[in-house]
Amino acid sequence: MSRLSLEQKLAILSDAAKYDASCASSGGQKRNSRDGKGIGSVTGSGICHAYTPDGRCISLLKILMTNFCIYDCVYCVNRVSSNVQRARFAPEEVVTLTLEFYRRNYIEGLFLSSGIIKSPDDTMADMVRIAKLLRTEHGFRGYIHLKTIPDAAPHLIEEAGLYADRLSINVELPTDNGVKTFAPEKDPVQIRRAMREVKEQKDARKDRSHTGKRPPKFAPAGQSTQMIVGADGANDTTILRTSSRLYTGYRLKRVYYSAFSPIPDSSSALPLIKPPLVREHRLYQADWLLRFYGFDVEEITDSGTADGNLDLDIDPKLAWALKNRHVFPVDVNRADREMLLRIPGIGQRSVGRILSTRRHRTLRYDDLRRMGANLKQARPFISLLDWHPRGLTDTEHLRARFAPQPQQLQLL
Amino acid sequence: MSYRITLPEMDTFTAWRDVARRLISANIPPEEVLWSRGAGEKDLFARPLPPLPKSTIPVPKSFVSLARLSIWHCDHTRFHQLYALLWALRSDRTLIEDRGDIRISRLNRMAKEVGRDRHKMHAFLRFREIGDPDAPRRRFAAWFEPSHYTLEPALPFFTDRFGDMDWSIFTPDLSAHFVDGKVQLAEGVDKPDFPIDATEDLWRVYFRNIFNPARVKLTAMTSEMPKKYWANMPEASEIPDLIATAEARVRAMADAAPTVAPKRAEVIKARGKTRDD
Ligand code: SF4
Repeated sequence: MSRLSLEQKLAILSDAAKYDASCASSGGQKRNSRDGKGIGSVTGSGICHAYTPDGRCISLLKILMTNFCIYDCVYCVNRVSSNVQRARFAPEEVVTLTLEFYRRNYIEGLFLSSGIIKSPDDTMADMVRIAKLLRTEHGFRGYIHLKTIPDAAPHLIEEAGLYADRLSINVELPTDNGVKTFAPEKDPVQIRRAMREVKEQKDARKDRSHTGKRPPKFAPAGQSTQMIVGADGANDTTILRTSSRLYTGYRLKRVYYSAFSPIPDSSSALPLIKPPLVREHRLYQADWLLRFYGFDVEEITDSGTADGNLDLDIDPKLAWALKNRHVFPVDVNRADREMLLRIPGIGQRSVGRILSTRRHRTLRYDDLRRMGANLKQARPFISLLDWHPRGLTDTEHLRARFAPQPQQLQLL
Repeated sequence: MSYRITLPEMDTFTAWRDVARRLISANIPPEEVLWSRGAGEKDLFARPLPPLPKSTIPVPKSFVSLARLSIWHCDHTRFHQLYALLWALRSDRTLIEDRGDIRISRLNRMAKEVGRDRHKMHAFLRFREIGDPDAPRRRFAAWFEPSHYTLEPALPFFTDRFGDMDWSIFTPDLSAHFVDGKVQLAEGVDKPDFPIDATEDLWRVYFRNIFNPARVKLTAMTSEMPKKYWANMPEASEIPDLIATAEARVRAMADAAPTVAPKRAEVIKARGKTRDD
């Protein structure tokens, strides 16, 4: 094999990394380099430094250390049975790319994952070495996200967590059966064990020891995972139940949903489809409701379709409101926070503003507009000093007002 | 007869605050003050400012954060609006929490616009290397055109982040130079010419390859990264071609029949099996 240039490797190994949805650089321990002895900072809220025409944010340099892989996950472009061109970065090359991109303000840091070469431990050890080089040799204080190899030895995961802001392990598919079918070498039980290990490491370092010293932070931005949507037959109810278990059981920071997307050199076992982007979007909205709006899974999925999926035409919060009209209209001047959060078109921020203003006076319709509420959505569901929806809440056609018009039939 | 105040272009917030304190303690209502920024002409009818009071004036905390952002807005009534609000807060402290009040919501909108402009500057500004890459402190420079007077409030991000290198940021209004860990503001300039930086080519390679042609969503891209920023972003030159070829690439993926796995695949998989047994 001829030697590849850095440019060629970068092309191959970023192309191979694009199916990982996460590019987040939020959370993390605040750091800076004001002392002039290093480079980089973490502000706590991530920054998207560019957007590609797929509308996705580029925050991190997201690359694979190598796309050689001994596993054969059907959905993956890097599986051993695929004919894509292979490449492997030397650790120094990853370090240079990260630093040079960082200095020009292209990125917040590095998201490194890898195909599995030789053994899980060897692969993980190389990844840890890159993070360590960045942190200790080059004083890099930007963001590092390492994708953990599930079968790697615990001491390697522990070391990874000391250099990285975030660790992630992909559960890959919503059900154990899906994993067995499409990622035959991976073991769902082992994946969960690795997630538990990360959680326990993190917990163990939270408290001060008896000497009062705080132990070094372990993956301060927490851990995340990804599920591929639309490759196996799992419906949205199954997917959201899995997410909910992951959030509570392993205290994950984020679950990412990645619409199964065509890959070059696909496998005959998994036919190519158009990526279900709207479905992916609805899942993210539902996920948001789970985490920040006090909804539970069943409430959300009960307002979906009969086959256990979310309504693709309207967002899940609106779907819930339409299904539960008897609790509306909500009196914006009296309702508690929990109930305000359930009004379609009114987000967390507006709720905060409503509560703070309400302490001093009674709200009117125009106040909500100035607070940034989406009144087109909220109108039928609220009442205020000078606004009442009258019969609006009850009309049969309320859903039709929000759902996109059905396509006109055409005669053949 | 009115007071005519010309605030400096640098450290504008501090200057505004000092003047506002004098005016408030001298009981001068907002209608009697004319505010401007930059080198203003001397007004024949302008009166000398009352002296700076010894003590500070108490204001709600959220007023300070509101003022610290909205003061950089390009709306020329900003100084007046802030002073008028400060005046009104004297008789009603709780006004600041009234998110429905027109005065508050207008200033909040301005603060939000400056915040957004600052965020975009943090995100889309691109440095080019202009010095010797082997020097102990490397040198970089950038050109950016903010929509408001955003350079100054944007600076702490850059000084926190790029501590071990020297850099300059040029804008039409002001420039900032960070040398040996100290930042200094200077006058604005016309767009400078920087030398070519080869790393930009590598960055374009990354941008091209991280893009997934099967998921084109142009409005999502342009709403977050409006075209006005593209001129100074090296990767933006790739966008038209990526869009133009996306459909054909997806079709090619779909049309390609599944290939036969390479020979080594069987060998590697067999090896894995024996190890597990
Ligand atoms: S382990 Fe599976 S998902 Fe990961 S790179 Fe290898 S084939 Fe792809």
